[in-house]
Amino acid sequence: MKQISAKKLLLPSSSTGSISILEERKQQVYLKGNDTFEISCEKKSVAGSVSQRACVFCGSRVVLYPIADALHLIHGPIGCASYTWDIRGALSSGPELHRMSFSTDLSETDVIYGGEKKLEKALVELIETYSPKAAFVYCTCIVGIIGDDVEAVCRNVALKSGIPVLPVHSEGFKGTKKDGYKAACDALFKLIDLGYRRSSFHYPDILRDGKQKIPLSINILGEFNIGGETWIIREYYKRMGVEVVSVMTGDGRVEYVQSAHRACLNVVQCSGALTYLAKTMEAAYGIPYIRVSYFGIEDTADALYDVASFFTEAQEIMERTKHLVQEEVEELLPGLEEMKQDLTGKRAAIYVGGAFKAFSLIKALRHLGMEVVLVGSQTGNREDYELLKEMCRPGTVILDDANPLELAKYVIEKDAHIFIGGVKERPIAYKLGIGFCDHNHERKIPLAGFEGMLNFAREVHDTVTSPVWDLVPRKAGRSSSIQIPVKGEKP
Amino acid sequence: MRENRPYTATRNACKMCTPLGAALAFHGIEGTIPLLHGSQGCSTYMRRYLISHFKEPVDIASSNFSEETAIFGGGANLKTAIQNIARQYNPEMIGIATTCLSETIGDDVDMIIESMGDIMKETALVHVSTPSYSGTHVDGFHHAVRAVVDQYNPSGVKNRKNSRARKKINLFPGMLSNEDLRHLKAIFKDINTELALLPDYSERLEGPSWMEYQSIQHGGTPIKEIQKMHRATGSIEFGTILAASVERGNGSAGSLLESRFNIPLASMGIPIGVKATDRFFSLLEKMTLKMIPKKYKEQRGRLIDAYVDGNKYVSKKRAIVYGEEDFVAAMAGFLAEIGIIPVLCASGGKSGLFIESLRSILPENIFKQVSIHQGMDFTDMEEHARTLMPDLAIGNSKGYTMTRHLDIPLVRVGFPIHDRVGGFRTLHIGYKGAQQLFDTIVNTLLQKRQDASEVGYSYM
Repeated sequence: MKQISAKKLLLPSSSTGSISILEERKQQVYLKGNDTFEISCEKKSVAGSVSQRACVFCGSRVVLYPIADALHLIHGPIGCASYTWDIRGALSSGPELHRMSFSTDLSETDVIYGGEKKLEKALVELIETYSPKAAFVYCTCIVGIIGDDVEAVCRNVALKSGIPVLPVHSEGFKGTKKDGYKAACDALFKLIDLGYRRSSFHYPDILRDGKQKIPLSINILGEFNIGGETWIIREYYKRMGVEVVSVMTGDGRVEYVQSAHRACLNVVQCSGALTYLAKTMEAAYGIPYIRVSYFGIEDTADALYDVASFFTEAQEIMERTKHLVQEEVEELLPGLEEMKQDLTGKRAAIYVGGAFKAFSLIKALRHLGMEVVLVGSQTGNREDYELLKEMCRPGTVILDDANPLELAKYVIEKDAHIFIGGVKERPIAYKLGIGFCDHNHERKIPLAGFEGMLNFAREVHDTVTSPVWDLVPRKAGRSSSIQIPVKGEKP
Repeated sequence: MRENRPYTATRNACKMCTPLGAALAFHGIEGTIPLLHGSQGCSTYMRRYLISHFKEPVDIASSNFSEETAIFGGGANLKTAIQNIARQYNPEMIGIATTCLSETIGDDVDMIIESMGDIMKETALVHVSTPSYSGTHVDGFHHAVRAVVDQYNPSGVKNRKNSRARKKINLFPGMLSNEDLRHLKAIFKDINTELALLPDYSERLEGPSWMEYQSIQHGGTPIKEIQKMHRATGSIEFGTILAASVERGNGSAGSLLESRFNIPLASMGIPIGVKATDRFFSLLEKMTLKMIPKKYKEQRGRLIDAYVDGNKYVSKKRAIVYGEEDFVAAMAGFLAEIGIIPVLCASGGKSGLFIESLRSILPENIFKQVSIHQGMDFTDMEEHARTLMPDLAIGNSKGYTMTRHLDIPLVRVGFPIHDRVGGFRTLHIGYKGAQQLFDTIVNTLLQKRQDASEVGYSYM
């Protein structure tokens, strides 16, 4: 045991030199203009690093969470359910069953004797009480170890209850958050396929000649209706004359998810999470997919144009889209311009889950005259990082699967004015006297689409121009608005 | 009391899992980083949960299990994790808490630590067993405190009682707010008595803005203070349920020091309200042979005067109280002394000692009117509350969904407070804490009445 030395805990002043990068992580920290290596990514977090990532369960839970008329039962000890209760700002226009937290709350005896009976009983009771349209059963770490046959229980209950009961294989340790997305996609596909098979049973001829497709229709994938974003985007498509068959999973309903096989095109946002489902649907039903983003003016416009140009048979869609974009942008620009005056030249740090969001954020921030000095993601892949390298200016730090120490080190070194991230990044920013914008699941403000861009700009502007930074010790004295008289100087 | 809930599933739990409590307790020790031996998600979720309450960085490391780890055991990962934390954080101590995963595959953490030999000279490793399927976050918290005391005060160590050390008192407060912990420290300072408060996250989880990055925030109980705990005059432990569980043979930090070193242990409920605070001060007088400063007597005087001024607004009002069992018991005691009937006392905890604890705290006439439920979740609570016509609820922010449905005000106390700022600054204990609670409760009821009134008088 070591004796205490309080001094040891103090870092040398005005320096971040003592924050070291773990050897195993050096290939995941890249300085544009300085380094030339390929950023290492898509690997497990180093043991002992305080990764900002969560687990497989988290990946599944975030994807399926917004399906509002489904039962979401978490099979395991209480923690996983407690920490994800009402966690997302995913809105529903109707039922709100998704906002409840259901757990089998496994105890010691369940761990010893198995949790299957408890799971079955819990499912039957909950389905009886809440009449959900489907049920998802999330397997947590322990289920993978005690060997409950969750598939069998789900099959049983599905037969008894007459609703789809789908196991989600999201044992926390079986990979990364990305594997959780995949497990959620598997469950979603099962649900879609049940719908497909049901309709082909009822209307075999219609399906065979391809008439089951709804003309000029799309599915929106990877959009979760945080703060009502799905509604904003749906409205655009409505104005364009494009029919939205289902949104996966924002403001989600089981019935619509089950009709997803009838759409002509899958439009995938949040590429990390639902591209796998889009690929699966392409293979199964021949539905092509495109990848888009609805963050920022450019990306939102591109997304709508890409969809419009897919429907070559209906030229009027493109005309309407052009009109829509023009109208929206015109309305938006004066407000943005005003804020841009205060934001020009300010430096931003970005750390988000999926890299696709980072691309959009870089563009959106440039639109506001801002410079990105740090950008990182929890789950980016090789192509993502190559693109980030291209997009960023020399001097930008690019990080994969970072931790609080690294993030702090570089926001200090790069002297950022704002940090864009999630709840876990917020205290890092605030403690260091840096503004913050929440761009994660927990936010309550829509940041997607054109009006979302205005909200985003306001969020950024509100925090960057707050007078509190003048009082923060790390910044005090640097600002022009407050002059602290120094000894010997006349105020 | 209903033991068996009608539902097999837990719906909107009124509890968290054991490792969370351990991680919080470890944050109350100077230079300590908690390490959860399990999946990455446990650490990340608990960090997020704690950050949302404290609004401060809360670093919790993970040994980050993979599929292979689960099959072949977590030893290698745990060792790597320990070494990486040591390199990045250079901590005094790493507090290792297990999870359901590592407990179920049967990792022998003590042996793994031992097998590391002398590699970790600079950093102490303390292990606490916290399988998430057993107990609640409160148990994890107490177990972690006990594990730390155990490790730093081994049986063989000499119980050297010098006159200076004799005046020192160990205080194990349990899961209190930052402001509560600061209040306790102030009291001891005012009576000029040395205090070993364990844990103490009041500085670490509520510090000033930083000049430079702090990998481990300042503050926390110094380890050298923990090492001296076996030389104290006595120990105080808050929690009637904790005390009853000790009587049943479960260990606690205080009982360990008592049995191992004959350090007398005084247990009492959390000092919320006049009567409980009176007990606390008289205990202090007895242990330190010092008079309670005038300041506190004045606080008491003002408090009772306030009780009188507000008596009509609270008398016979009906409250739902929920949260950790010990916290609920203490809060119910306070409510009873101001005339509010805690018609429903509920907790997700399941110690089996909740009823007895409340019986010992509440006057008989009040006790008869209280519906007591252990192992209860918020959905059951809401259903049950509908039959009880409550005027308000008192507890953490997780009850908001329920109170919104019931259309009653919620007075936010305890942990966690996720939907307001400053929850960690709420003072619950002492005369001053009771004063603040009383004012908040009265004003909440007044506002409810005023808002509902057709006239809307601007006088009370």
